[in-house]
Amino acid sequence: MNGVELQDVHGPSALSGGWRRMWELCLLISVTDFKRNYFGTALGYLWSLMRPLLLFVVLLEVFTHVLRIGSGTIRHYPVLLLFNIVFFGFFQEATVTAVGSVVGYEGIVRKTQFPRLAIPVSVVLTALYNLLLNLVVVIVFLFVYGVTPTWTWILLPVLLLLMAVFALGASMFLSSLYPRFRDIGIIWTVFVTALFYATPVLFTLDLARSHSRALARLIALNPLTPVFELARRWIIDPTAPLPGSAATGGLGPFLVSVALFVAICALGVWTFRREAPRIAEQL
Amino acid sequence: MSMDDENFLLKASQSMQHALQRAAFGLDEGEHHGPIESAPKAQRAAVLQAPPVIAVQDLDKSFWIPRRAARSIGFQLRHPSRAARYRELRSLRGISFEVHQGEFFGIVGRNGSGKSTLLKILASIYRADAGRVRVAGRLAPFIELGVGLNPELTARENVVLGGVMMGLTRREAARRLDAVLEFAELRDFVDLKLKNYSSGMMVRLAFALMVQMDADTMLIDEVLAVGDASFAEKCLEVFRQRRRAGKTVVLVTHDMMTVQSFCHRAMLLHDGEQRFLGEPEEAVLRYYRLNFGAETAVGGDERPAIKLLDTWLETLDGERIENPPHGRPFRFHLGAQARELLPEPIFSFQLVNVDEVAVCGFSAALHDDDGEPRSLRAGETARLAIEIPVALVPGRYSVLCTIAGRPGGGDTVLHDVRVAEFLVMGSEPRPGMVSVHSEVHAEVLA
Repeated sequence: MNGVELQDVHGPSALSGGWRRMWELCLLISVTDFKRNYFGTALGYLWSLMRPLLLFVVLLEVFTHVLRIGSGTIRHYPVLLLFNIVFFGFFQEATVTAVGSVVGYEGIVRKTQFPRLAIPVSVVLTALYNLLLNLVVVIVFLFVYGVTPTWTWILLPVLLLLMAVFALGASMFLSSLYPRFRDIGIIWTVFVTALFYATPVLFTLDLARSHSRALARLIALNPLTPVFELARRWIIDPTAPLPGSAATGGLGPFLVSVALFVAICALGVWTFRREAPRIAEQL
Repeated sequence: MSMDDENFLLKASQSMQHALQRAAFGLDEGEHHGPIESAPKAQRAAVLQAPPVIAVQDLDKSFWIPRRAARSIGFQLRHPSRAARYRELRSLRGISFEVHQGEFFGIVGRNGSGKSTLLKILASIYRADAGRVRVAGRLAPFIELGVGLNPELTARENVVLGGVMMGLTRREAARRLDAVLEFAELRDFVDLKLKNYSSGMMVRLAFALMVQMDADTMLIDEVLAVGDASFAEKCLEVFRQRRRAGKTVVLVTHDMMTVQSFCHRAMLLHDGEQRFLGEPEEAVLRYYRLNFGAETAVGGDERPAIKLLDTWLETLDGERIENPPHGRPFRFHLGAQARELLPEPIFSFQLVNVDEVAVCGFSAALHDDDGEPRSLRAGETARLAIEIPVALVPGRYSVLCTIAGRPGGGDTVLHDVRVAEFLVMGSEPRPGMVSVHSEVHAEVLA
């Protein structure tokens, strides 16, 4: 060991220890967390498939028979509904779990040295595994409902990436501020429910426009909206309008929502990097 | 500092060195403590020639302690300035030192002196406010045994996760699995979830994990504080091996015996300042001086109402001894000078063994010629001689002293101050806390 160079130690950070270590940690933590979620339940991983299915049955019943929203006007509405719920469910699960994640790992944060970023990343990864399982159900239903496969289906990973990046950005922001501002936990659960209705999950943007232009304009600003609109066009209905087209409110709101998407991710990275070195002291 | 103080300190130092030499030269044949290695000066000098593996320069660290527990946004908005919401706690100031390759480096100090904070900065858990910290090679921090062990996971999963947490790659961690299980003697329980482990098994696993990490430098915070005597012995054995193997260890501890028997050098921290760096004997001495000094007051007073002057042990014949021989009663002497009037002082002592379990307690009041309780006026010195008739089993003991101004525990001026530490030498380990001489009659009936 002779001749080992002294190297400066700068204390903990978001990424201390390099990418390789960070990646191994994330995989390990997320996989064990994922296993743990279903361990001890009678149906095990089946729950991951059953949960969206059951929720889907309830919502389908409510929206096609009671409220009669999209059954007539939106093509392949039931399967679009299922897809959207699964997609939004991922965002909700990732961010709500992420809020308290750094505090939840208090024991190791305060006593071991590891890249702090591994915590929100593994939370998002765990949610992503769930999403992938759920998508298996969705794909089965795509065929059941007679959606014709198109080449755009291969763009699904792009959609997953967009969702994962946005969920991670929000998670980094929330988890790094939560140790200092505990109110965020409560605010976020309310906010994410509001966001559910401000995102084209149960409806589509063009349908919302035909009811209220002002409301549709607001929904169009939501950074998640273009992702859901893209998903609808690429996976379910190739005739659906592209985000930014006139039918969905034009280029202006679309660009704003893209800017918000980027800004929120950047804000997440910035706050996490800023807070990471001292996060152990604030717990 | 008075002459008395100096004499006492000198004595304490000699006492410690004697204990050490005895242990080192095999005078203490007892297997009870195990052989203790000393750190001769030559060896220390050699270690200091080695290249540094940790270099710290002018390190500063403060914590901002919230004035209120609640951290709501409303509160933050009403008190926008940081000074209104937090008070600054200066935890470390101007710390500079180097640890050399193969060195056993001790950090001692009282609670809150900044020891653990320093270790956490070295381990990259906290970030320093100012100064420069450099380390060479891989550093494995053991701030607490079993951190990161997840009760919901099996031993196998925990070992891999723990290894990766500590900076190994997944493959390296998996390769160490066998060695860890071997060391922990838990091979049969590899796929059992940790929540089904006994606490003893858990400690064994955590310790094995720590030992098998095989880092270039180990940072250890008070591991000896957990576990039973056999666990402590296992720890010491690991320390010995690492010393022989020339590994670097930075050890934070309250256990002065460990410091003296293992460390090449020791640093004394007090209130975040580096008070001493050098020979462990001297560091230990200064540590005891702090415990005796003005800072031991109860209730945060600067100076306690009484000042301890000296303590010593002697045989019943009046010969001063450093360590009482096994099986023989001895006397404990203490001198204390009052700084203020103590109306009816009560001196209470507890004799505790190495596990901090009280073996016995004794107390004394001061009486005048008529047998009435008397006071101790400012400037008066009380001398106590207490005979300890019990035959202690071989081992290490300390005397804790509590002094109250009046009976019933009122006006406590000193509370559980460690005033003496000694070894009872003996050749054979015995069960229990005291040796009782008993006549045993046995006969065989036809």
